[in-house]
Amino acid sequence: MADKKLDEETGTETTGHSWDGIEELNTPLPRWWLWTLYATIVWGIGYTIAYPAWPMISGATAGVLGYSTRAAVATDIAEHEAKNQGLVEALLAADLTTLSAGDDLHRYAVARGGSVFRAQCSQCHGAGAAGAVGYPNLLDDDWLWGGDIESISATVAHGVRNDTDDDARYSEMPAFGDMLEDEDIHAVVEYVYGLSSPDFDKALAEQGATVFADNCSACHGDTAQGDRELGAPNLADAIWLYGGSRETVEETVRNARYGVMPAWGQRLGQADIRAVSVYDAFLGRRRVDRLAAAICAAATPEAVLFAKRRRFGALA
Amino acid sequence: MDYIKLILLALVTFFAAIGVNWAHDLAYQVHAVLIMLIAFVMFVRVLRRIDEAPPAPPVEGIYFDGVIRAGVIATAFWGIAGFLVGTFIAFQLAFPALNFDWGQPFTNFGRLRPLHTSAVIFAFGGNALIATSFYVVQRTSGVRLWGGKAAWFVFWGYQLFIVLAATGYLLGATQSKEYAEPEWYVDLWLTLVWLTYLAVYLGTIFHRREKHIYVANWFFLSFIITVAMLHVINNLSIPVSIWGSKSVQVFSGVQDAMTQWWYGHNAVGFFLTAGFLGMMYYFVPKQAGRPVYSYKLSIIHFWALIFLYIWAGPHHLHYTALPDWASTLGMVFSIILWMPSWGGMINGLMTLQGAWDKLRTDPILRMFVLSLGFYGMSTFEGPMMSIRAVNSLSHYTDWTIGHVHSGALGWNGMITFACLYYLTPKLWGRKQMYSLSAISWHFWLATLGIVLYAASMWVTGIMEGLMWREVDDQGFLVNSFADTVSAKFPMYVVRGLGGVMFLSGAVIMCWNMWMTIRRGSPAEARMPTPSASAVPAE
Repeated sequence: MADKKLDEETGTETTGHSWDGIEELNTPLPRWWLWTLYATIVWGIGYTIAYPAWPMISGATAGVLGYSTRAAVATDIAEHEAKNQGLVEALLAADLTTLSAGDDLHRYAVARGGSVFRAQCSQCHGAGAAGAVGYPNLLDDDWLWGGDIESISATVAHGVRNDTDDDARYSEMPAFGDMLEDEDIHAVVEYVYGLSSPDFDKALAEQGATVFADNCSACHGDTAQGDRELGAPNLADAIWLYGGSRETVEETVRNARYGVMPAWGQRLGQADIRAVSVYDAFLGRRRVDRLAAAICAAATPEAVLFAKRRRFGALA
Repeated sequence: MDYIKLILLALVTFFAAIGVNWAHDLAYQVHAVLIMLIAFVMFVRVLRRIDEAPPAPPVEGIYFDGVIRAGVIATAFWGIAGFLVGTFIAFQLAFPALNFDWGQPFTNFGRLRPLHTSAVIFAFGGNALIATSFYVVQRTSGVRLWGGKAAWFVFWGYQLFIVLAATGYLLGATQSKEYAEPEWYVDLWLTLVWLTYLAVYLGTIFHRREKHIYVANWFFLSFIITVAMLHVINNLSIPVSIWGSKSVQVFSGVQDAMTQWWYGHNAVGFFLTAGFLGMMYYFVPKQAGRPVYSYKLSIIHFWALIFLYIWAGPHHLHYTALPDWASTLGMVFSIILWMPSWGGMINGLMTLQGAWDKLRTDPILRMFVLSLGFYGMSTFEGPMMSIRAVNSLSHYTDWTIGHVHSGALGWNGMITFACLYYLTPKLWGRKQMYSLSAISWHFWLATLGIVLYAASMWVTGIMEGLMWREVDDQGFLVNSFADTVSAKFPMYVVRGLGGVMFLSGAVIMCWNMWMTIRRGSPAEARMPTPSASAVPAE
């Protein structure tokens, strides 16, 4: 063993070894360090007695406090369920059409429905329910399958065009790309485009009106106002599910669309279905009120005229 | 010997050629082409040199530093690559449009993210560890690296592993285990390289001229051995076909999750902590010119650290299918680990006793001190986040990302930069780095970058944790997931800017290294002549 010596700076002895010039001081363990280490060990022993910790032959020690993460979360949920039990029963029993905004049950249904919506529906319809291309906007009052509360409830429970629920909303638009001449397609696209846009080729649209009457009106109606029984969209307003440019309308006419929604009745309870339906209906109503207010406030003559055309789908 | 090499290389080339033809997926095919080309070029090289006189044996009494020089350059190179990808994906999170349509699916966030983590941990950190451990073990043992050219095999084999892993991620080959993404054949290759690394390291220690093994070598050795064990067990899997990259894990369900986080946490514990403490125990006393603060502390905290770390993995799986008892143990051991982790920080910082004044003039020492500061911070934050109640807020949030980066950028990054600044002039025969003020610039850019990064992630992490758990009076969730995403946007931009600053610092370092190396030439370091007191160990 080599030469121990005193380090001048600290007055501490070295261990006497040297590696590539590195020496080590023989400083004792810092007291605070050692006591903190002991304290964490003592705490650790205590904690493992109190909580489930040590594995045995079968199972593990349960801990004297009897704590379990699963039981803790179950207790939490049960507490809220007990608190809300009266409201849940009322929601299940209520006639949803008679709920009026402002009473307790309506408030509860909107809160519960909003929570379900944010967790389950917002992925497609958007956190603010404004929809996206292919996923309907739920804020407007334009409904594909009906906007009264019973219809919304049926759509949520059974979904749209899915393979899992026999009662799912179902309809299918043919792909007219194989059935009509290009000339007819362009004409009918111009007609549909013109229903909600001020700038269009009138002559071509008039030609398209005939094509429309022969091929499209069976589902979309004589005035293109749509049919909620068939889920056929209203084409006379300026609200579009896949986009309203000439190109997108043409793509829809040629290839058709086939939007799908899951049957939530298979995943959510009845109370959640009813709550989210109330919530959706609430969103739609709120938005229409706001739209009306906005139109009146903006109120240039052109804006009012255009809004009217949008609402009533008149062909100029 | 050369004939055996030729036969082996020919076989590898042939086998890889079959692989190219029969490959089931793109990643495997590209890798087979790569291996075929490498094996073929090596075959030709061996063939051309056959029957030539064997090269002269290395001069006695000179350290084996060529591989370390290569390692220093590789560390800097992979560092830049890893930081660049990291900064880019940080901006992808803030601006999703950066997931360019023309780059799909190769450059989307999901494929670049493991590229970033592997590049910084395994390519940058791993090369730094291999290079510094080879440097330290020679100096503190007083002998040349054992095993002749095996050290070069470790270096090039490890680079091949990095390239196979990185290209595999981009081409979609992954076994979906965090920090253990490479598929089965890449894992097998790494096992071979890593066992050679262990052999070179142990061989050098067995032949040492010093009586005792220096503390840095305990840490390096525990890192090499434990990583070998973790890697092999966590990657136990059965290939679906020998001609494809896909494999199936041996463990399943919660057992697989537990194995994965036993591995994952000890990748942090042994790769990023024990290995880097090995660096610290050599380079900090060297740079400070002072003896190590406490020999006793180094023994106690070493054994406590390696005993406790291995138990801490379950804290990654609080509130999951993992049984409560395992989660409790993970948390308790993490908390007891607090002081053993801090032992390294105390020993490093207190080594500066009597040398604190050097901080004013020596930017390299400043980097060492800062890295120890971040080490102390993140080894306090870690045990705190492992507490179940804290974890219920922090888990799955950006707080975790902030925690990892204050450790990775602050501790691992800073200490590696400081070691590169220490090694570069020594290995290329210069007195000091080309520019000391550039080191200061690097220091401040990196420090500010880390502060921006960690602070923004604390803010968004805690905010998003609180938003996720916010419920109204009736017990319903108030926010949707997308609400939390949009609320985080400003902080994501700040985080990205932090990344830009950290990256710019590293670019300055590379320029500084380049200028230093250009003016120097590879230096031969002589071993000390054995003194009477140092007897060869047997």
